[in-house]
Amino acid sequence: MTTTFKGGVHPAEMKELTSEKPFEFLPLPEQICLPLSQHAGKQALLLKKKGDAVRKGEMIAEPDGFISAPIHSPVTGKINKTTSIITLTGIRSEAVIINRSDIDEDDLMEPLNPVTVAREKIIERVKQAGIVGQGGAAFPTYVKLSPPPDKKIDYVILNACECEPYLTRDYRFLIEKTEEVITGLKLILKAAGVLYGIIGVEDNKPEAIKKLENVLRNEENISLKVLKTKYPQGAEKMLIKAVTGREVPPGKLPFDVGCIIHNVGTAVSIYNAVVKGEPQINAFLTVSGLGIVEPKNLIVPVGTPLKNIIDYCGGIKENAKKIVAGGPMMGFAQFDLNSPVTKATSGILVLTGKEAPGIKESNCLNCGRCLSVCPLDLAPTRLYKFSRFDKFEEAIDIGLQTCMECGTCTYNCPAGIPLVQWIRYGKRKSSALLKQKTN
Amino acid sequence: MSNSANQTVNVISGLELSSSPHVHSKFTTQQVMWLVNLSLLPALISAAVFFGLYQLVVIGVSCAAAVLSEIVVKIIRKSEITIYDGSAFLTGLLLGLIIPPNFSLTSAAIGSAFAIIIGKELFGGLGFNIFNPALVGRAFLQAAYPVAMTTWSKPNFAVDTVTSATPLAAFKFDKMITGIEPLIIGNVGGSIGETSALAIIIGGVFLIGIKIVNWRIPLSMILGLILFGSIFWFIDPIKYPNPLFHLFSGGFLLGAFFMATDWVTSPYTSAGMWIYGLLISLIIVVIRLFGGLPEGVMYGILIMNAFVPLINRLTHPKIFGEAK
Repeated sequence: MTTTFKGGVHPAEMKELTSEKPFEFLPLPEQICLPLSQHAGKQALLLKKKGDAVRKGEMIAEPDGFISAPIHSPVTGKINKTTSIITLTGIRSEAVIINRSDIDEDDLMEPLNPVTVAREKIIERVKQAGIVGQGGAAFPTYVKLSPPPDKKIDYVILNACECEPYLTRDYRFLIEKTEEVITGLKLILKAAGVLYGIIGVEDNKPEAIKKLENVLRNEENISLKVLKTKYPQGAEKMLIKAVTGREVPPGKLPFDVGCIIHNVGTAVSIYNAVVKGEPQINAFLTVSGLGIVEPKNLIVPVGTPLKNIIDYCGGIKENAKKIVAGGPMMGFAQFDLNSPVTKATSGILVLTGKEAPGIKESNCLNCGRCLSVCPLDLAPTRLYKFSRFDKFEEAIDIGLQTCMECGTCTYNCPAGIPLVQWIRYGKRKSSALLKQKTN
Repeated sequence: MSNSANQTVNVISGLELSSSPHVHSKFTTQQVMWLVNLSLLPALISAAVFFGLYQLVVIGVSCAAAVLSEIVVKIIRKSEITIYDGSAFLTGLLLGLIIPPNFSLTSAAIGSAFAIIIGKELFGGLGFNIFNPALVGRAFLQAAYPVAMTTWSKPNFAVDTVTSATPLAAFKFDKMITGIEPLIIGNVGGSIGETSALAIIIGGVFLIGIKIVNWRIPLSMILGLILFGSIFWFIDPIKYPNPLFHLFSGGFLLGAFFMATDWVTSPYTSAGMWIYGLLISLIIVVIRLFGGLPEGVMYGILIMNAFVPLINRLTHPKIFGEAK
């Protein structure tokens, strides 16, 4: 069976900066800033107003529609004001500023027994806890726990690839919270009514693999799949291909080939919600890069400003060039250290000029290095040219909308052409066109 | 606290805000071009060893003319001077290696200027040219100086029996076959940098090893040449040379490793590379065996250069997950 996919690249891993550092709790910040849009779909509806007291774990905003998730307060305190901010992923969102008080009071949900809990109860709990996927897209998790009844699901695949360089959060989960991960996976299996679970891990995590092998020895319906270390091995389509050999057709979902994929972090959140009654109020993240004084793995309350995190890690070095939320391949450059961490933030990187060189753009040499690494077998150079010259119809014909924007092409382009940026531009422009057409 | 906060706020004003990906592979166009230049060092040495130090002067003039022409064009077009990317130098170097020994300096300079101005810059510069510029320059010289382009010098260590003709011409016109050993070492007549198979293979394998040259193009050309050469050899081993002679004689290996593999003018799909390489070899064998000229590498590559956009289009891979 395949243990990887075709194409992809292998950037410098840089995981050694934090891989041996256990999670630490960040001291609670004095003030947090809680965006109401921390998930794909519609922003949550605020239930509180200025001056209201809130308790840790209390729901302060309710979901608005099918693809939305509630927001809970990560601290006990008082609502200072509401404001409008730009989130780490560059979306404008309403946000609530909460001033923390010293009262240590929480409002958690009732703990449930993971063995006896009913299927419907798990889904309901995941929904109540506001859990969103932690692989990057922040899709409300409960939706993925209830596949359409006409789809037969064979596997739940737990994504522990962590193929982005620098990030070691999922690795630390596997080492420090092995039981939680497994129990979380079992809860997902039960909720989704699926028999088999597979954990997909890249082969650059031997410690985690050893630990999992030990724990899984007595588990009959959960297996481990060791995959080649390669970016983007953790992309849904690539992971399904590597683990099952199945290919998700363009425009289709994992459901359509009998798979459900969840991130390791999501499994831990599900465990916390069911077993501890804790809503998703903490983010687990890797703070790394050669531009930060002391790289760490941290547990921080959602809504913590970047500033607090960077200060806790000793601050920024003089040669810092870029601050990125997420991994270096798909993360977002930041311009405001007051910006808050959200539920799906996986890392904060401070990169130096050496790490993020920013190559000067020159002409396309037709070298095909973008084609040879594109995991979806697209032609990035042609998509780029069509997008750049506004030939969106032609671009759509050759798969513009299929591109998952992993950035592999741009990473590998010797001419330094911002291929994926132009493709993103093309996707936005042409989806506006497609909308216009249907109207 | 407030102090360090101020510091971080200060730092952030200087931060870069470009979008992902934030990291990049180690290869840039400039590095690649200079590595290709470097990989031609063995061929350059073989040129000096077999045909004398004067050849280095010819090659030097060719390189200088290429670089200067590009500077002039860029100044006229009021665009950025790009000679540091090494591509103009490479064109000059390649052209210098595929002209006969003891070539006139003026003619070399003219050929090189033609290669850059007509072969490259007229199309819009690096990346936009359809034909390999060095081969365009050579085609021009072939037309402008037909005698000089077919006047071959004896290599330095030639024994008396070796004529000053190239092995391909000796076979074509006198049915004289040259042994494989001198062909591999390079002690035979031919263009300055193409006679030593060994020197070319060293450079070519280096480029394949560091993944600048895609192995499919040289391999498909070599397999194609052996296949088509063998067919005729089996038909009549007296009339047609054996495939190994085809492989090691003339400009085939230099063409296979350094000319046909030019990124700009070769296909970028894997299937396309196979088609392109096989067809170049077919043209070479046909010209060598049935054409008026002893050699066909230049024409084989230039002709197939013209088909590259079509080949790319026809061999486009299916998108991941689409019905195969």
